[in-house]
Amino acid sequence: MIRTENLVKSFNDRTVLNNITTVFEQGKTNLIIGQSGSGKTVLLKSLVGLHPIDSGSIYYDDVCFSSLGFKEMKDIRQHIGMIFQGGALLDSSTVEDNVKLPLDLFTNQSEEEKLERVNFCLNRVELLNSNKRYPAEISGGMVKRVAIARAIVLNPKYLFCDEPNSGLDPVTSCVIDNLIKEITQEYQITTIINTHDMNSVMEIGDKIVYIHQGNKWWEGSNDDILRSDNKELNEFVFASAMAKRAKLATL
Amino acid sequence: MRFFEFLGKYYILMTKVFSRPEKIKIYRKRILFEMEALGFNSIGIAAIISVFMGAVVTLQMSINLESPFIPQVLIGYATREVMIMEFSSTVVALILAGKVGSNIASEIGTMRITEQIDALEIMGVNSAGYLILPKIIATVLFFPFLTVLSIGIGCAGGYFVSILTGIMNPDTYIDGLKMDFKPFSITYSLIKTAVFAAIITSISGFYGYYAKGNSLEVGKASTKAVVVSSITILIFNLIITQLILIG
Repeated sequence: MIRTENLVKSFNDRTVLNNITTVFEQGKTNLIIGQSGSGKTVLLKSLVGLHPIDSGSIYYDDVCFSSLGFKEMKDIRQHIGMIFQGGALLDSSTVEDNVKLPLDLFTNQSEEEKLERVNFCLNRVELLNSNKRYPAEISGGMVKRVAIARAIVLNPKYLFCDEPNSGLDPVTSCVIDNLIKEITQEYQITTIINTHDMNSVMEIGDKIVYIHQGNKWWEGSNDDILRSDNKELNEFVFASAMAKRAKLATL
Repeated sequence: MRFFEFLGKYYILMTKVFSRPEKIKIYRKRILFEMEALGFNSIGIAAIISVFMGAVVTLQMSINLESPFIPQVLIGYATREVMIMEFSSTVVALILAGKVGSNIASEIGTMRITEQIDALEIMGVNSAGYLILPKIIATVLFFPFLTVLSIGIGCAGGYFVSILTGIMNPDTYIDGLKMDFKPFSITYSLIKTAVFAAIITSISGFYGYYAKGNSLEVGKASTKAVVVSSITILIFNLIITQLILIG
């Protein structure tokens, strides 16, 4: 479980996150949604410590993550997996080496054990026969799968995904969404996904936090969202004609 | 003010770079990889420049020292001294600052803007140490080898030009190369090269690591890395020469 209390973050004089208090639950896919520039990515990066916060607290289970020093934060980070928007695979390493890197750095396993684990994770994301290929030689969907495999290779307790299906076709997006959902339930991970893909919201959103102009504007489940009368949320979620029809059908 | 900000940020980065590595074995692999990428792959350019520079220095010496009062043996001697004392360390370092420095700054800068460095940080890796330390160690170990190679090839360039143009007797040139040789001048040259290698990689790594924004910014960071490394090399050339040869 990850909990934030009165989280505030600003850049120069501009407040980007204002008093965000919420809970992201374990074993559930927690979604952060909001318009571009609303502060979603800053919130996600603040949660993992890439952006130091101005005030408030971030708790990982019972540990106050935001008050930890560099070394203690590093220890917790070994339990964190993160999938970046562009995959963020190391360009100079093969698929296999990218997934193996956390094992190389933080375990004392033999080379055979490490390869076994790498292949297990690559199989788990249904990526076969690509071990020796470089990130530039595989498709966007495959890059995301490798990023997921790398994120889960150390059995993380917390998984963060920054727009995991941006730039992907609808079919591949669904595959990636379902994969994240399955992994979350299988390993009881606290998963936080930053997205503005409404299909993801409806399909895998166990808990949804809507950020509007840096404030937590609404939170609830994907069922609640259809019945919500929050004006800004409705404007955002039902912006497309298709979504409006879906809402009318539900009502 | 900006200079002190630069120094402060550079110092903080270097403390991260030289902090204890996560696993020595991984770093050893990366050092070997960087030796090939930054050192071995620079042999070609160092060799080409050295052979021509050695040849030109010999030609210039022959033309300008043409006097019955100046023995021809001094041409070989002067070529050797130019190669050892300045060319093979300082000038080759300036050329490598362009080739290797821009390579490092653009590689690390691209990693920064494509969130690869963030990904390493999230994994719990000391990204500065993981990316920059192997490059510093690899170049500090390999660049002195390039210097020795450059001295040898430069002197050979002079020899070939003396044969091809007949501007002087090749045997006299060889006698000049052997004349009054002080092994310490090689040590001096190697010390300078090692310091220059550390300057090139750490400054270029610094500019890449703190790159922000888009590909344009990476290009700017790469240019700044080359300019600042080159100026720093020239300043340190003066300081090291004063300390070792005069001081």
